[in-house]
Amino acid sequence: MTLNRSNLCWLALAVITAGYLLFWALLLAATATYSTPESWLQVLQSPEIRHATWLSLVTCSLAAGFALLLAVPVGYLMSRREFRGKSWLDAALDIPIILPPLVVGLCLLIFFQTRIGKAIEVVIPFTYQLSGVVLAQFVVAAAFAIRTMRGTFDHLPARPEDVALTLGCTRFQALWHVALPAARRGMVAAFCIAWARSLGEFGPILVFAGATRMKTEVLPTTVWLELSVGNLEAAVAVSLFMVGLAVLVLVAVRATGEKV
Amino acid sequence: MIQLDQLSWQVAGHTVLDQVSVTIPANTYAVLMGSTGCGKTSLLEILCGLRKPTSGRVLLDGVDVTKLEPRERGIGYLPQDLALFPGLSVREQIAFAPKLRGVLPEELDQRVNRLAEQLGIVPLLDRRIEKLSGGEKQRVALARALAAQPKLLLLDEPLSALDEGMRGEAVGMLKRVQQEHALTVLHVTHSSAEAAALGQLHLKLAEGRLVPPATQGANCTR
Repeated sequence: MTLNRSNLCWLALAVITAGYLLFWALLLAATATYSTPESWLQVLQSPEIRHATWLSLVTCSLAAGFALLLAVPVGYLMSRREFRGKSWLDAALDIPIILPPLVVGLCLLIFFQTRIGKAIEVVIPFTYQLSGVVLAQFVVAAAFAIRTMRGTFDHLPARPEDVALTLGCTRFQALWHVALPAARRGMVAAFCIAWARSLGEFGPILVFAGATRMKTEVLPTTVWLELSVGNLEAAVAVSLFMVGLAVLVLVAVRATGEKV
Repeated sequence: MIQLDQLSWQVAGHTVLDQVSVTIPANTYAVLMGSTGCGKTSLLEILCGLRKPTSGRVLLDGVDVTKLEPRERGIGYLPQDLALFPGLSVREQIAFAPKLRGVLPEELDQRVNRLAEQLGIVPLLDRRIEKLSGGEKQRVALARALAAQPKLLLLDEPLSALDEGMRGEAVGMLKRVQQEHALTVLHVTHSSAEAAALGQLHLKLAEGRLVPPATQGANCTR
């Protein structure tokens, strides 16, 4: 193959891509070789970290489940309906994505000091509670799930739902019987993305739910707690465990045919 | 009987349909022709309630249905892409409307089997739609629409995806279905041969307006 200008251009782009991937590979390799697998296992078997792992799995699943429940109707509305102010609403739905995480936590903390927030806490206490962890994960994860569901519905033709309306469906029945079965892969992807996002959530949880061991400590909190006491080996072991979970999620999302 | 009374539809300041008025008698096979983008599909969508007209009325058997939901109009609609429901078997597609209306399982089976026999798709009943040919999909979509027992059937270029050989066969099938089910049909097509073979009433849309019909038995005004 002769190296003409076009080939040179592709080669340069490939080198840039490879360089970026190599950088990431080096980062992960350096982290992975910092300590031994035996010490990882030892760390991961400690009661505090096992509790944080269990708590992370439960809270992430709950937050992702709630995020999906919200994302389906909102994504469907944004995809299928034209209305005045839609572009503003679209931008507003992305606010949790662009807000600094600590600010999200602070907003939650302040909201639950207001009259409405206090009234809610009479029924379900959130501040510095386990439910607060789920809420902090949910508020950010939902924005990602909504984006994914909207993309899914955008890619699905609306015509079968139109036909369902002529066959006797209400709009809700058309969503339930036609759009949702067709969007099931997108729903799996939205759940996985929301789950992965919740797993990595740290700032809002720290501010709103705190970092109390064996109570509101999830895996990112563990990394921070271990780092703050200088236990780098434990922080590395938990981080690698989280990398493994993130890779599993990525594989699951790719298997649905959707993109993160 | 379908009556369109001074029906107009505008989108983004552009007039797509301009004061269209026409009467299509009951049990008539009407064929609508017109160049691409002249508003034929929009007209069908307004008829079945998927779009709201800017002004004018739609009357079915003398009843004003302009403000009714699509499900309340008793109209069967076959869009150009057929819009079969992904992931469902042929049997589930045909059973969709009767099941929604709470038809009992025994009657549901009878209705599905009767339509499948009528349209020659019995061997396909348990297949998924993804594995069907264009002609088979078209028959399934027709059976799905007929299962709702509509009085009026709207067909948007239903034969455009078929090859020449299958098209002749499909024309015969549509004629037979219209007569057996005593349907009023409005069939959109680009093919003059198809229009000649099927149409009892010929309509033409040009620049959003209906050109007067070429046959007797209908009233059409601009």
